[in-house]
Amino acid sequence: MLPGFAANVRTVSPEALMEPGLDVAVKKRLADAALNAAKSKGATYADVRIGRYLNQFVITREDKVQNIVNTESYGVGIRVIANGCWGFAAVADAKSDAQIAKAAEDAVAIAKANSKLMKQPVELAPQKGFGEVSWKAPIKKNAFEVPVKEKVDLLLDVNAAAMKNGANYVNSILFMVNEQKYFASTDGSYIDQDIHRIWPNFTVTAIDPASGKFQTRNSLSSPMGMGYDYLQVNPKDKVTGVTTRYNMGYDMLEDITAGAQQAKMKLSAKSVEAGKYDLILDPSHLWLTIHESVGHPLELDRVLGYEANFAGTSFATLDKWQSKNFKYGSDKVTLIADKTQVGSLGAVGWDDEGVNTKKWDLVKDGVLVNYQAIRDQAKIIGEKESHGCCYADSWSSVQFQRMANVSLASGKTPLSVEDMIKDVKKGIYIIGDGSFSIDQQRYNFQFGGQLFYEIKDGKIVGMLKDVAYQSNTQEFWNSCVQVCDERDYRLGGSFFDGKGQPSQSSAVSHGSSTARFAGVNVINTARKI
Amino acid sequence: MSVILTEAEAKALLEKVLKYSKADECEINISGEKRGNLRYARNEVSTSGSQITQNLIVQSAFGKKVGVATTNEFSDDAFEKVVRQSEELAKLAPENPEYVGVLTPQQYKKSSGFFDSTAGITPDFRADAVAKSLELSRAQNLAAAGFWEDTHGYSAMLNSKKLFAYYPSTDVNFSLTVRTPDGTGSGYVAKGFSDVSKLDTEAATKIAIQKSTGSVGAKALEPGKYTVILEPTAAAVLLENIFFNMDARSADEGRSFLSKQGGKTKLGDKIVDERVNIYSDPAHPELPSAPWAGDGQPMERVNWIEKGVVKNMAYSRYWAQKKGVKAVPFPNNMIVAGGTATLEEMIASTKQGILVTKLWYIREVDPQTLLLTGLTRDGTFYIENGKIKHPVKNFRFNESPVIMLNNLETLGKPERVVSTESNQNYMMPPMKIREFTFSSLSDAV
Repeated sequence: MLPGFAANVRTVSPEALMEPGLDVAVKKRLADAALNAAKSKGATYADVRIGRYLNQFVITREDKVQNIVNTESYGVGIRVIANGCWGFAAVADAKSDAQIAKAAEDAVAIAKANSKLMKQPVELAPQKGFGEVSWKAPIKKNAFEVPVKEKVDLLLDVNAAAMKNGANYVNSILFMVNEQKYFASTDGSYIDQDIHRIWPNFTVTAIDPASGKFQTRNSLSSPMGMGYDYLQVNPKDKVTGVTTRYNMGYDMLEDITAGAQQAKMKLSAKSVEAGKYDLILDPSHLWLTIHESVGHPLELDRVLGYEANFAGTSFATLDKWQSKNFKYGSDKVTLIADKTQVGSLGAVGWDDEGVNTKKWDLVKDGVLVNYQAIRDQAKIIGEKESHGCCYADSWSSVQFQRMANVSLASGKTPLSVEDMIKDVKKGIYIIGDGSFSIDQQRYNFQFGGQLFYEIKDGKIVGMLKDVAYQSNTQEFWNSCVQVCDERDYRLGGSFFDGKGQPSQSSAVSHGSSTARFAGVNVINTARKI
Repeated sequence: MSVILTEAEAKALLEKVLKYSKADECEINISGEKRGNLRYARNEVSTSGSQITQNLIVQSAFGKKVGVATTNEFSDDAFEKVVRQSEELAKLAPENPEYVGVLTPQQYKKSSGFFDSTAGITPDFRADAVAKSLELSRAQNLAAAGFWEDTHGYSAMLNSKKLFAYYPSTDVNFSLTVRTPDGTGSGYVAKGFSDVSKLDTEAATKIAIQKSTGSVGAKALEPGKYTVILEPTAAAVLLENIFFNMDARSADEGRSFLSKQGGKTKLGDKIVDERVNIYSDPAHPELPSAPWAGDGQPMERVNWIEKGVVKNMAYSRYWAQKKGVKAVPFPNNMIVAGGTATLEEMIASTKQGILVTKLWYIREVDPQTLLLTGLTRDGTFYIENGKIKHPVKNFRFNESPVIMLNNLETLGKPERVVSTESNQNYMMPPMKIREFTFSSLSDAV
């Protein structure tokens, strides 16, 4: 799901983004005003998030800058429990104690109105207060300090390289995000955090006017929890092979040069013959399969039915977890949730309900061992504390359980991609993410990709097109026969993961090394209209 | 002053802001909105809240150099500052060859999308409406998860050529999923209205309950090509992919389903069955929408597909000028005309087929053919000799709405629906389609 940024934002001039936000002492005073007002109206728990969200987008096509947008959104969201029921109210541009106290009162009034519908009061896992603390993303270069001209020049250079290498059209975008979040709660925490994200990406289009056909190739970059340092080119961050892929540093010029050539090659590539193939999935592709078939079904709110009206529920029911022997995947498959991984999109010091972040196993050697849970769910799975994966996409949105970074552990024995391919008789090597769809309980899925290479008798023999694979989550992960070692480990991720009503967007990373899945069903997607 | 301004208040405020402008051209958009929501699951309220927002956007131009700045702070100082900011950005910006200038005053169709009933909704009103739904699911020991959201607000604009436009609107959307306690049955309903007095949460809940209990005991059918009857909620999420892709520029550039060999487009070509008529009209009584676009262009009734032929594509003002044609803005609503058949009549006339009540996770697989994939969800049924025989397990499909509308059997009576993918409201008929392609089975309920 790809919703845009929150609508409730304002654009500002480039320089304004470097102005500091409110002083931490002012934020503490405002937070206390909210907490006190909520308590005086009868709230038994309250938290307040004072947020300043900065975004910058530089959007170009061919030799034109289409838009440079700076947005800033500042406001306060207050969540309370009153009469055992949740209530929430948000107010924009609130800088006075009176405005904030009024919003706290509105949140309590909503909780009380809704409490008449309630049979079971909310119960929170205990959480100690941390006092006044702070966390900053360990970035090397703040993207908001880089002059706009430098960003525009990069994208226009990149576009020129695409056109020179055979693209008919090119669109390129640089997204940058800075979340400045202050959280306080009646548990006694006052947490100030500074989070950065970046995503350079492009689409090149190649057209064959004679046939009226067209093909595209999207960038192989990943959105990252990094600063502008992600765009510093370093040979150690490159993985060479059939095409170059990237780790903690992205060479946009190199990728688009290859991308333009590959989009043209796709026009004349062989249309795939439907059937069973061994799939070799690159991390730039596999992240999305992990996201949809592991990350989402192991969200406890989905398992319990809280998302039944929109995103759906989950096949990974509590009885399967309680059995302690549910084979989610083969014994090669260990999947880890992690809110602390450096450079990842999900990394923070504390989540949006004041819980310190951690790392834990979801699937261990193929067996389902845990879920992702927040404070009002922890006791359901016998946990004494939350996993620290609560998030709201804006001060104006209510926080709820969101996916941690979920990643596939690398293989324990040395194995390179080249060695993996040598062993495959009939296979397809897939690089980059494409079309994706999965059912509401996360059984049946279908994925496309960017680049498809046919493997015959241990060798790559050419490019394919019109490829999509279909499988069932448990069957797919149990068909995982090999995972490359940690030398091949890379992060992929989503900038815009949608969930909830009203829908909220969150950013999350998924790491893996290249993995092999045996005998997966591949379909041909070519049609004539 | 309230966040929701009257027409006179909005005009006075816009005129005040415009006085600060020193640019060659200036265009100001303003909006204000109040939203309230109630969310519940497992028969219990989960999260819910309220949000009040306002926004003012200023676009300034010196020649073809354009800058935009926005504020959500409403004070005289903030208004002057935002105008100055947009002017500074315009001076710094490179010339935008695609800038075509602001419009002179226009005439707009009358459209009434504001209802006091909806604007007056309180937290207690919301809780009471949801209580009617919860009572039914609790009484039958079924698990309900639902979402109510109401919105009221306005938008207005003024430019330096004195074009002024104002539109107030209200909306309420209610959706509900009811599941059996053992998880073997699931049913859904979604209703959207401008006037909340038309929304009956009790009646809507009964539909979801009926689908939930009726879908227990689903049998597996082999994937393949089937005659399907798509309820309007299912048809909407497929057909909206046609609406989203009506852009003329992409078609001219050769990268759209409306592109064809030799660099031409399908404008004027028959692409679907001749009974298919798709149009937009801001004054549609059941689906009112703003009669003007964000830059003040009037929204007329536009026939996009008439008797199966592509009659119009969307032209931005820049692209229209370049191509020497009339600009056609992207519409604010979409109406698929239908026939008179009821869903029951369509089922009664079906020898063998599948009734699809909802589709889920629709994604484009190939933009060239608009091939889409997705799955059936929350109630899928086998029809034999004019009757629903039994529920069936969910399918994944791979199908293009263009191919589908060439395999049209019957169009029923249109009704207002909410897209479960985009949240847009449309007028959409139920439709019977031959040879719809289901490619695999899903175990999901």
